[in-house]
Amino acid sequence: MSAKKSLRGSVAVVGVGLAGCGEAPGWSETEIMAAAASNALADAGLTTRDVDGLVTASANIVMSGLAIAEQLGIRPRFTESTSVGGSSFVGHLLPAAMALEHGLADVVLVTYGSNQRTGVGRGDAGRYKAALDPQPFEHPYKPFNPPSSYALAAARHMHQYGTTREHLAEVAVAARKWAQLNPEAFMREPLAMDDVLRSRMVSDPLTVRDCCLVTDGGGAYVLVRAERAADFPKPPAYLLGAAAAHWHRQISSMPDLTVTAASESGPRAFEMAGLLPQDVDVLELYDAFTINTILFLEDLGFCRKGEGGAFVSAGRIAPGGALPVNTNGGGLSCVHPGMYGIFLVIEAVRQLRGEAGARQVKNPKVALTHGNGGVLSSQITALFGTKETL
Amino acid sequence: MSELDQGGPERQFRVRLAQGRFEIQRCEGCVRHVFYPRVVCPYCGGERLRWVAASGAGTVYSTTVVRRRAADGGDYNVALIDLAEGPRMMSRVVGLAPEAVRIGMKVCALITGEGEAALVEFTPR
Repeated sequence: MSAKKSLRGSVAVVGVGLAGCGEAPGWSETEIMAAAASNALADAGLTTRDVDGLVTASANIVMSGLAIAEQLGIRPRFTESTSVGGSSFVGHLLPAAMALEHGLADVVLVTYGSNQRTGVGRGDAGRYKAALDPQPFEHPYKPFNPPSSYALAAARHMHQYGTTREHLAEVAVAARKWAQLNPEAFMREPLAMDDVLRSRMVSDPLTVRDCCLVTDGGGAYVLVRAERAADFPKPPAYLLGAAAAHWHRQISSMPDLTVTAASESGPRAFEMAGLLPQDVDVLELYDAFTINTILFLEDLGFCRKGEGGAFVSAGRIAPGGALPVNTNGGGLSCVHPGMYGIFLVIEAVRQLRGEAGARQVKNPKVALTHGNGGVLSSQITALFGTKETL
Repeated sequence: MSELDQGGPERQFRVRLAQGRFEIQRCEGCVRHVFYPRVVCPYCGGERLRWVAASGAGTVYSTTVVRRRAADGGDYNVALIDLAEGPRMMSRVVGLAPEAVRIGMKVCALITGEGEAALVEFTPR
């Protein structure tokens, strides 16, 4: 067996959980992480006593793996806390699967939490981070990041391919329609294209409605080896393929602002899974900004480069459309506590289990999650499937 | 070692800029120009990176207007500029309304500010 194929179907998600999504005033980040972890473990019929592998990342907590293990009272045999921004919790699937496959752990808990919306001292935190991690070839020009970096990508895509603000707005409107079907989503009021176009401009061409929410919230999932995945209460979601790629950190170092490294991670993940885009029944794409969804649909092979704007038009990715995308309402309308990646995995698992309620896609077999980190920097694709896909 | 060559490449760039010199690196191995300043060539891995004067000519690759309240100073431009030598850099185009900056616009560099605050900005040419 080639190394590339060996992880296909080797592990499965057997528990998922959320906590504090929306607003969680008075809750610390590690407390939100712990609550999400506890919910995910309960979903799998497990407790913290069963966990011997711990995976997490935080934008704020130093040595987050140690902090969350201490909070939960876990003494892990395997700890991993790499941060590649919001894509981290999709990226964590790979080291977690390797650890399980090699017996370094038997039950891996992946967890995230943030009080970005109601937590105090965010302005101070931003200033400290800028002082500790200067970006001397960007910060002096005062880009309002992350929106300005994504705005530069959107502007270039519009210039090069004729993408319009209406195309971008279609993405926000579709996300809101999905959120209206999700009782756990943070923003559920009706949103029309005109509302998006007329909302406050943040960094041209992106308005506040082209930008993700700022919420609190946490999420967690539990991974085990596939051989025992059927022993848990809920139907397992098997990992079929995963791959990561990154080509830059700062937007000024991105080679072509219309092509992300998803064009590399996507094909590699599909190759591991032995699948093609047409095999995918439901997609969860990291929509920090409306342009993301368009770029990722192109780069992952769901439409040709430059055609993403037309592709998302006329409600194609909205409820009732041909391609269900971001079925929880996404980062744009459901939840976005600083890093969103874990929620991609959780929604994919819920869809594959058939427990997504009013927003449930009909009998999905294959779900694609795509994580984004930094400013279109880290791109990580993962494919999940039901038992039939093994 | 002259003052110009002290510290790492970022420091060396800043010292030059403070003296009114906008210089970028050129790799003696692959002959490509490099910006931002590096220790190792990001294209070929070579370590022989030499400072050369930038022509200052560039083209707007992308542009945005950062919206800010008038009380805080009002809207301003942030742009990505493709230098004639090849590399891209973040900067801003000044001397016109921020929303009047267009992709494809030909621009030339100027150094604004002094000392540690010296900065490369661009104006239409």
